[in-house]
Amino acid sequence: MRPAWVRRRPPPALGVAAALLVAAFLAYAIWGFRAAAVAGFAVRSCTPLALAAMCGILCERTGVINIGIEGQMLLGAFAGFFGAAAFGVVFGVLAAAIIGALGGAFLAVCAVSWRVDQIIAGAVINIVAMGFTTFFYRPGFVIGSLPTWQIPLLADLPLLGPIFFRAQPLAFLTFAVVIGLQVTLFRTTWGLRTTAVGEHPGAADTVGVNVARYRYGNVMLGGALAGLAGAMLSVEITGSFDRAMTAGRGFLALAIVIMGRWRPMLAWTAALLFGLLSGLVNQLNFDQVIDVPPQFVAMVPYGTTIVVLAVFSTRVRPPAAAGRPYP
Amino acid sequence: MNLDRLRPAILPVAAVVVALTIGAVIVAVDGSSPLGAATAIWVAAFSGPDAIGATLEKATPLVFAGLAVIVGVKAGLFNIGAQGQLLVGAITSAYAGYRFAGLSPLVHLPLCLLIGVVFGALPAWLAGVLRAKRGVHEVIVTIMLNTIIFNLTDWLAGGPWMEPGQVISRTPPIVGSARMGRVAGLPTGFVLAMLVTVAVWFMLEHTTFGFRLATVGANRHAAHYAGISVGAVTVAAMTLSGALAGLGGAVESLGVVGRFEPGFNAGLGFDGITIALLARVSPRAVVPAALFIGALRASSSELQAGAHVAPAIVDVVLGVALLLVAAPLLLRWLLRMPPSLSTAEVQFTRGWGS
Repeated sequence: MRPAWVRRRPPPALGVAAALLVAAFLAYAIWGFRAAAVAGFAVRSCTPLALAAMCGILCERTGVINIGIEGQMLLGAFAGFFGAAAFGVVFGVLAAAIIGALGGAFLAVCAVSWRVDQIIAGAVINIVAMGFTTFFYRPGFVIGSLPTWQIPLLADLPLLGPIFFRAQPLAFLTFAVVIGLQVTLFRTTWGLRTTAVGEHPGAADTVGVNVARYRYGNVMLGGALAGLAGAMLSVEITGSFDRAMTAGRGFLALAIVIMGRWRPMLAWTAALLFGLLSGLVNQLNFDQVIDVPPQFVAMVPYGTTIVVLAVFSTRVRPPAAAGRPYP
Repeated sequence: MNLDRLRPAILPVAAVVVALTIGAVIVAVDGSSPLGAATAIWVAAFSGPDAIGATLEKATPLVFAGLAVIVGVKAGLFNIGAQGQLLVGAITSAYAGYRFAGLSPLVHLPLCLLIGVVFGALPAWLAGVLRAKRGVHEVIVTIMLNTIIFNLTDWLAGGPWMEPGQVISRTPPIVGSARMGRVAGLPTGFVLAMLVTVAVWFMLEHTTFGFRLATVGANRHAAHYAGISVGAVTVAAMTLSGALAGLGGAVESLGVVGRFEPGFNAGLGFDGITIALLARVSPRAVVPAALFIGALRASSSELQAGAHVAPAIVDVVLGVALLLVAAPLLLRWLLRMPPSLSTAEVQFTRGWGS
């Protein structure tokens, strides 16, 4: 009998990622800096999405639908920016994680303890976040920027180096969270229990797993990730805060969760595909190969989402208990 | 009069009172006068025929948006895309309103309204079909459509349908034959909203279709077992929901804005969600809920100019009210209410699949 690692089918993310990598290098060989620009744009624009999608995966894997990711991101972007303006960038990033976790705590209280409809609770987070961040916004603040780190040697790799190994802290954090979640979710006690709570809380409860504690913990952890994703937008990438600056990314993250079949690496790949598509249209526009109004460029990820979901939705299976209160 | 019929109103009214109180505290902490803010709201929203007319005009699209959300919720669908459908209704009716000039008002106005209804229903129909045939969750699809529609209308108003010789992106003004004015100080759009509210209430409570819709919403498996086509009802409910939102947008364009201008209809769809929850998913309570929010919205410029309070305080107050209605246990704990007054909440999440 062959050992277990031979028998197991390779994970789907690996195949897609390998294909992307080959395509990227081919494009790099042919078009040089243009391909590098597109790939760089793709990774930069998809990293906040990927981190927000990890929030979605964590929540839904434990059986809580979180459509408040958008609001948690917005709160994180707000707290991150003004925290950074007041006490420095490190404090800002911490504040973003904490306020995101508080948003998660609200969702958890509603979903677990009060048995409120989870979609309503999530929508409430979005509306409240929008109102508060608009009301308390004050113009005229500036913040310092986060450093750019590079990993020696690896950063000098062609194409991949500048994209994956020379980045800012929160981008590195995202890479680590995605890979870490992929490993822990399927190979540790915590991960397997999390999955069990999301699939069949009754069974998990029977064998002694504290369903409520897992849901509270994971939804708050997810909220912290969403808050950090927001901070990535305001503190790390733009260095400013705008009203409604998340611009629907929290909702895109939800779609990415579904396309990624609730798997961290696959979701990251899906986010990357989004980024590539937008980057490609941007670059073609920039090079005047095509002439598309900017509004249509902005539509690309959203339109793609609908088409992809319409084609693939019957083949995906969400965590069975997602959206259902327990007991 | 039977006082028991007012019992469902206790929770939302308490939520609104608590939210207004919290809003007043925030205004005070922010360094402005809560009394000044209250005066500004009174002056802008209620202090005379003009102010009341403005409140009614603000409330009109909100009634439609609230009804749109309610029709969806009754069928177990969360139409978070009322915002986008409203925009489609607003821009297509505005287009018909300036493009088809020269028609008799008797033809032109109904035609514009109809165009708004049909095109508003279109994206919702798509979401309904994807839900029924492919099992794609309507929340995701309608949110994606919101962004697509926003960009599309932005492009239309700044491109092909832009007013010639202007720098602002907006359509030309709607001609007189398609405008909805005021009759004896009462905006005709609001009258239409009341009529539609009665019609939706009658449809939901007293027709076979309404019964089917509520059955599917309560338990789709039971509905299927009883021989109701769940898919057909899903598509019909979404389409109707979109039609209502589209009508709301059309009335806003034809009656208030007078053209389509991006940004003039922002947030109406999301207020629809707030209204649906404040009204506890009952069409009869939509009008008071919409009037409340309409009054707050109508006073936003007076709040800014008269009381020096950022108009976003309205969103804060509505957010808190919504939070209290959505999480009734919180309110019950705050006000020490007996359990019987705050039960029977909405439940329509069934997960992403099925």
